[in-house]
Amino acid sequence: MASVKTHMDRRSFLKVSMSGGAGLMVGFSWLSSLIAENETGHYPDEWFAINAYINIASNGEVTIFSPNPEIGQNVKTSMPLIVAEELDVDWNDVKVEQATLDTEKYTRQLAGGSQSIRQGWESLRMAGATAKYLLVAAAAQKWNADMNDLSTEKGMITNTKTGERIGYGDIATDAASIPVPDEVELKDPKDFNLIGGYIKNVDGHDIVTGKPLFGLDFMREGTKIAMIVHPPAFGMKLKSYDASEVKSMSGVDDVFTIDTSINDPQWSDVNAFNELVVVTGKTTWQVMKAKKALNVEWETVDNLESSETHRQRLVEAITNRSGEVERQDGDPDKVSGQATKVIERVYTAPFLAHNTLEPMNFFANVTDNSAELIGPIQTPEQLRTSAAALLGMPESAVSVDMTRMGGGFGRRLYGNFGLEAAAISQKIGAPVKLIYTREDDMTQGTYRPAYAIRYRASLDDDGNLLSFEAKGTGIPSSPLFANRFPAGTLDHYKSENVEIETSITTGAWRAPRSNFVAGAEQSFIDEVAAEAGKDPIEFRLELFDRAIEDPVGTDNDYDPERYAGVLELVRDKSNWGKEMPGVYRGVSAYYCHNSYVAQVVDVVMEEGTPKIKKVWCAVDCGIVVNMEGALNQVEGGIIDGIGHSMYSQLTFKDGTPDQNNFDQYRLIRHREAPDEIEVFFADNNIDPTGLGEPTLPPISAAVANAMYKATGTRWYNQPFMDADQELIVS
Amino acid sequence: MPTYSLNINGSKYTVDADSDTPMLWVLRDQLDLLGTKFGCGIAMCGACTIHLNGNAIRSCSLPVSSVGDAEITTIEGLSEKGDHPVQQAWLEEDVAQCGYCQAGQIMTAAALLDRNPNPTDEEIESAMNGNLCRCGTYKRIKKAIQIASKNS
Repeated sequence: MASVKTHMDRRSFLKVSMSGGAGLMVGFSWLSSLIAENETGHYPDEWFAINAYINIASNGEVTIFSPNPEIGQNVKTSMPLIVAEELDVDWNDVKVEQATLDTEKYTRQLAGGSQSIRQGWESLRMAGATAKYLLVAAAAQKWNADMNDLSTEKGMITNTKTGERIGYGDIATDAASIPVPDEVELKDPKDFNLIGGYIKNVDGHDIVTGKPLFGLDFMREGTKIAMIVHPPAFGMKLKSYDASEVKSMSGVDDVFTIDTSINDPQWSDVNAFNELVVVTGKTTWQVMKAKKALNVEWETVDNLESSETHRQRLVEAITNRSGEVERQDGDPDKVSGQATKVIERVYTAPFLAHNTLEPMNFFANVTDNSAELIGPIQTPEQLRTSAAALLGMPESAVSVDMTRMGGGFGRRLYGNFGLEAAAISQKIGAPVKLIYTREDDMTQGTYRPAYAIRYRASLDDDGNLLSFEAKGTGIPSSPLFANRFPAGTLDHYKSENVEIETSITTGAWRAPRSNFVAGAEQSFIDEVAAEAGKDPIEFRLELFDRAIEDPVGTDNDYDPERYAGVLELVRDKSNWGKEMPGVYRGVSAYYCHNSYVAQVVDVVMEEGTPKIKKVWCAVDCGIVVNMEGALNQVEGGIIDGIGHSMYSQLTFKDGTPDQNNFDQYRLIRHREAPDEIEVFFADNNIDPTGLGEPTLPPISAAVANAMYKATGTRWYNQPFMDADQELIVS
Repeated sequence: MPTYSLNINGSKYTVDADSDTPMLWVLRDQLDLLGTKFGCGIAMCGACTIHLNGNAIRSCSLPVSSVGDAEITTIEGLSEKGDHPVQQAWLEEDVAQCGYCQAGQIMTAAALLDRNPNPTDEEIESAMNGNLCRCGTYKRIKKAIQIASKNS
C-alpha cells in the first residue's frame, strides 16, 4: 500500500480515553505546522491549526464531531468525511455532530477565508488514520498477529492470514490502551473510497423537514425576546428615549439601554453602534411592535455621508491623490509614455450588505458567575473572548455553542449581536433571545466597502503588454492585491493604494477585496487584449508563459501553470473560438483562497436584451473532497457573483442606508439565475484548497465581457443594471 | 387578548394573540413549529411560506385574525415522514447549502405542483420568483421541482 507517513511532532498532542466506560475516544489537537500564507491576514495566528474528534462506541457506532461552524459551505459533511476516509468506516454508519467551542480539544473553530478544508486536510486525515492504527494494533494484540497482516474495510478488521474478523466497536475498548504512535500512514489518494465521491449533506433530511437547526430556532423555556434599536444613520448616536407609552404595551417587559463597547475591542466586534436601546418582552411580535412605537432621539456626532459624495471621493482619490505604492517593477510611467497605445479605465462598485437570510440573532443566559451563549457565529472563540471582557468574567466561565447558520458570507465573523445578547441577559438576569429584524440587519453596518480602481496599460506595435498599473481605493481602503496577476508577467508594473475615511463600518464580505478586483481586472484585461488585437484567452496565456519561463519578482503569490491550466481547461471544454451564431462569449480567470478559477459565459440576445445562456467553469482546488458539495459551492458562488454585480447596491443619504429590506435591496432571484452551469475540476492530487469563495470573484467580468460582445457596451460600474432596468439574465 | 382556534397540520390549536399577530410568529413563538422561517417580515423573501387551504402564503404578512377555519399546512405537516415527493426530490438533488430558505422553497414548490403537476420552466420560475435563496441554489431547486413533477 502506498502511503504518506506523517510525523506527529512535539507540538501536537493526542488524548485517548475510554468512552463512557467502554469504547474508544480519540481527541487530537495539532498546533499546526500547516500555517501557510493566508487570505485573511488579520486572524490571530494560533487559529491556524486543526483537530478532530472521533468517538467509537462499543456497539460500533462511530460519531465524528465536526469542529468548524457550518454556514452553508458544507464543512459539517466534508470535514468528518475526511476523517471517515482514513478511518475506513462505512459512511452510512457515521453519525456527525457539531462540536461545541472547546479550545482544549480543538483549534481554529472558525468559518472564514475558505480555509476549513485546506487547513484541516492533513490533521483530519491524521485523526482518522491514528484511530485506525489504534484499532488495528488492538486487534493484532488480541489475535497475537502481525499488524501488517491485518486489513480494514468499512469498520471491520480482517486477519488476511487466518480470516478472523472483528468490528471496530468490538475492539474499541482495547484500543484505548494502545500507545499512540509517533507516525501514522495516510492513504495514497488513489485508494480513496469516500473522498471525491458524491456525498449528500448530513443535515439534508432535517433541513427539508423543517427541524429547528438554526440559531433563530433555538429557544428555551423562560426565555425573553429582545430587540435592539440602533441609530438610523452612521454618524449618529443615542441622545434620549421615551419609553413611557411602550412600557404599557401588551407583552412588553422593559425598555433600557446597553453599551457593548469594550476597553480592548477585538477586530471581530467592530461595530458602529455600541449604545443601543433594548426592548424585552414575551413574544417576537409584541416586542417588534413596541420597538416601532418607541420614541428615540438621536444626535449627530460624525459625518453623515451620502452616496453622491462617496462616488466623488472615490474618483477623486484615484485621480488626484497619491497613494502608497505597494509594489513597483521597472518604470511603468516612463514606458507608457513611450508606448504605441495606452489604455486607461476606471471601475467602481458600491457598498453591499451581507443579507444572510437568517437575520442576526443570539441566545444568552448570563448569571452572576457564568454565561452561556448559543447561536450562529463564524468566530465562536473570538465571541467568547469578547463576551468575557464585556461581562467581566474569566473566559472559562463563558461557553459558546454553534448552531447551523442561515448563511454567513462573512457577516457572522463579527459577533456584536452575541455581545448584545450577553449584555441584555446580564442586565435582566434572565435568559434572552436577541432577534434582529431585517431592517436592523441591513442598516447596521459591516458592509462590503465601496471600491474604485484605475487601471492603465500600455502596448507596443505588436500588441505586447509593456506596462500595467493599478491604483485602487475604497471606502475605507483599497481592494488591490499587489502580488497577484498580472504582477510577475511583465517588466513594468505598479500597484498603489489610497485610503478614504468614513463613518460607515465595513467588514469581510464573501471573497473580501477579490469580489471586486477580479471583475475589474478581468474586464480591463479583456479590453486591453482587444486593443492588442489578440484573442483574450491567448493574450492571458502569453502573459502566464512569461511568468512560467521568466517571472518578474519573487513575491508573486500564484502558480502560473495552474492559472494557465484552468484557462486552457475552460477553453477546451467550452470549444472557445468556435463560431456559434447568436452566442456571444466572455472569459475571465482569477486566483484567490489558494484556488484557480476560469469561466466562460455565453450570452444570447432575446428581443434585444442580452441573456446569460450558460456558464462554463474550470476550477483547480486540488483534490475535490466531496463532489456534490463542491459543485453546489461552485454554482452558488457563480450565482451570487452574477447577482451582486448585476443588481445589488447599498446607497446612503445623510448617513442613512436607502435600502433596508428586500423590497428596496435587490438580490438575484430564480428567474435571473442561469439554467446551465457546467463545471470542470482540474484532475490532480494536490492537497485541497478553498472553494467557498473563489468562483464568485471572476464571474462579473465573464458576464461583462460577454455582454460587451453582445451589445458593444463596456460595463465599468456595478451594479451593471440599475434598479429599474429590465432583467437581463435568463 | 382574543383567542383563536386554528386548524394546523390536521390538528386543532387554541392560541391567545393580538389580532394583528402574523401567523409566522404564532407558529414559531406560541406553537413551537419552528420550520417556518423569518427572513424579511414584508413578504419579499418567501422563507415563511405556508399553505392556506393549499395555496402558498407568506405567513409573516398573514394576521392570525384573518385565518378563520382555513386549513394551514406548515413544513412540519407537509408529509408524515418527510417523504413528500418535493422533499424527496430536494434530497436527491442535494439542494441545500445553508438550508435556511429551503422550507419556504419546498412549500411554494409543493403548492405549485399541486395545482400544476407538469409546470414549464417559465411556470416554475414564475411561481418560485418570490422565494429568495441567498446561497444561490436556484438551479438545483428548479431541477428538484422537475424531478418531483415526474415522480408525483
